[in-house]
Amino acid sequence: MNWDAIQSGLPGYLDGAWLTLQLLGASLSIGLIAALPLALLRASANPWARQPVWAFTYVIRGTPMLVQLFLIYYGLAQFSAVRESALWPWLSEAWFCAVLAFGLNTCAYTVEIFAGCITATPRGEIEAARALGLSRAQLHRRILLPSALRRALPAYSNEVIMMLHGTSLASIVTLLDLTGAAREVNSRFYAPFEAFLTAAVFYLALTFLLVGLFHLAERRFLTHLRPRMT
Amino acid sequence: MQRFRILLLAPLVMLATIALSAAAQDRKLRIGVEGAYPPFSQVGADGKVAGFDIDIAHALCAELKARCTLVTQEFDGMIPSLIARKFDAVIASMSITEERKKAVDFTDKYYQSPNRMIAKVGVFADATPATLKGKRIGVQRTTIHDRFATDTFKDGTIVRYAKQSEVFLDLAAGRIDAALMDAVPADTGFLKKPAGKGFGFVGAAFNDPKYFGHGAGIAVRKGDTLREELNRALANIRGNGTYKKIQDKYFEFDIYGAVVK
Amino acid sequence: MLADYLPSLFEGTLITLSVAGASLTIAAALGLLGAAAKLSRSRALRTAANLYTTVIRGVPDLVLMLLIFYGGQVALNWAAQRLGHEDYIDINPFVAGVATIGFIFGAYLTETFRGALMAIPPGQREAGLAFGMSPARVLIRITLPQMIRLALPGFTNNWLVLVKSTAIVSVIGLSDMMQRAGFAAGATQQPFTFYLAAAGLYLAITTVSLLALNALNRRYSAGVRWAHA
Repeated sequence: MNWDAIQSGLPGYLDGAWLTLQLLGASLSIGLIAALPLALLRASANPWARQPVWAFTYVIRGTPMLVQLFLIYYGLAQFSAVRESALWPWLSEAWFCAVLAFGLNTCAYTVEIFAGCITATPRGEIEAARALGLSRAQLHRRILLPSALRRALPAYSNEVIMMLHGTSLASIVTLLDLTGAAREVNSRFYAPFEAFLTAAVFYLALTFLLVGLFHLAERRFLTHLRPRMT
Repeated sequence: MQRFRILLLAPLVMLATIALSAAAQDRKLRIGVEGAYPPFSQVGADGKVAGFDIDIAHALCAELKARCTLVTQEFDGMIPSLIARKFDAVIASMSITEERKKAVDFTDKYYQSPNRMIAKVGVFADATPATLKGKRIGVQRTTIHDRFATDTFKDGTIVRYAKQSEVFLDLAAGRIDAALMDAVPADTGFLKKPAGKGFGFVGAAFNDPKYFGHGAGIAVRKGDTLREELNRALANIRGNGTYKKIQDKYFEFDIYGAVVK
Repeated sequence: MLADYLPSLFEGTLITLSVAGASLTIAAALGLLGAAAKLSRSRALRTAANLYTTVIRGVPDLVLMLLIFYGGQVALNWAAQRLGHEDYIDINPFVAGVATIGFIFGAYLTETFRGALMAIPPGQREAGLAFGMSPARVLIRITLPQMIRLALPGFTNNWLVLVKSTAIVSVIGLSDMMQRAGFAAGATQQPFTFYLAAAGLYLAITTVSLLALNALNRRYSAGVRWAHA
């Protein structure tokens, strides 16, 4: 074990972990906000509302995130129209491209998770709400969404972990996230084993942290669904 | 749990068959090459890797009467892969530097080319740290250019890429202001192509031997006798005209001790 | 431009498919081993299997790939030398990539298979034994067919993720579809064209897989009465 390599790379790993968390936070926020309305459309009975959203999630989920990231980062820059547009100051930032690709991805998966939970809402809950005279908007806001989102929590926690791992691709477009920090250490000390093992330990710690947080959230929001003691 | 014990057996047999890969018998050499560094090494439309490095590799293998397999690998993985015995030699335009000599051995140089900064024509008067202060400078990760730029342009931002071609893409896109690289690939791989229009060399060539070493050599593992064999083979192809033939295919000048205008 | 590189891209597609297929074989083998270990009575086996699935699923594929690719070779050389092997064992990038992806997805398939095995009512195996079937016959006639049916939805998902994960073997030097697209993008300076073509090819693989696995699912689920039918 080359401890020197790990030790001198440590500040890089810490900065990298911070960037990883920023990328994760930003893309999850974008994905979550966009996924809510899209999930309602996806679960709608109207095919004109449902099918475009289905096509979006199908294409995103059917292609590797690495390809999407390359398309956004290197691909878009191929067109001078893009390079001269008002969006270029944003698109020229590797950070923005990564968040955009990751956000689109998590959005597509989250839409499917939410839509699944919305369609699986027990009929009785909806009938009860109608019987109480709730309007369509009230039904969505008070009954359908809170109920569905709570039930989505376990699947969504998996999605968050997958995204944490997905952010490692940021290192391929010049960003110095956790994996990027490991590649720097590897290239400076030619110690791939130490470099990537350290990154793996960091990721494992972050994964456990997130899993722990979701367990707490599940205990808070899903108490009513736990098996009852008899 | 009888059923699970049986369940254990079948996969074990499958794994054992897959894991058994034949050990080397006669003289076989695996050479690490890059594939994204024209004109030295690039993958053509047919999916095959070709270029100056590749032709040199084949010529040396013919001298050594060895059967060679070329393995493409990104540059930052070359030395780790060599040490991990993923291949036996690296022919990837790797400069002979003191720092790398701590990890691997090198043969004599097989070519030499100057190192230059490239940028949009007319933007920078020279390539000094003062001029490039606050600018984004692209380099290929772990190259001599990476090491030199990291230590020299401390007031700029060094952006590191896995492939030289990615540096070109981002230079053309305007994500980086300048890029430091070998003059030969810069010229043939970018400046002479449509994407490189409006770009040119800036400032004089860099040649601090501490960073840039003494030309490109073939890297082998420390203490490997392959080094002497390769040196003899190199001298042979230099002497018998094979080297000249390969050189003339790619360059109009003497690449062995090249000075590019 | 694109037309010149299409044969190369298709060749890369074949490599992608063979990497995915071979990795799936290893992953399925490891998945069965893992599931059997997790359900076994031996505490050591259970702990080992849990460690395997937790660590693999807690670390990004890319990091594991780089770690196993380099670290695995070092470990193998060391082991070979200890066993008195003068020469080293030759692993080409294909074998390394397949072993790595197989090892990673073995952890995911362990969970899929374990869930499916647990969903088979124990009474069925007991009934088989009571009929005088040997344990091996119970496994082949009763346990495995049902496990396949119950594992298919999870398996479909694992396969789709696995195919997409093969895109990162290009980072360790395998000449797959993604590496071909990358080299072509660099050589022609037209990244959009080539990455879009790669995306289209991956989408085609996904679509064909889904159609085939859904058909298989219907075949294996024949005779199952759905609760809400």
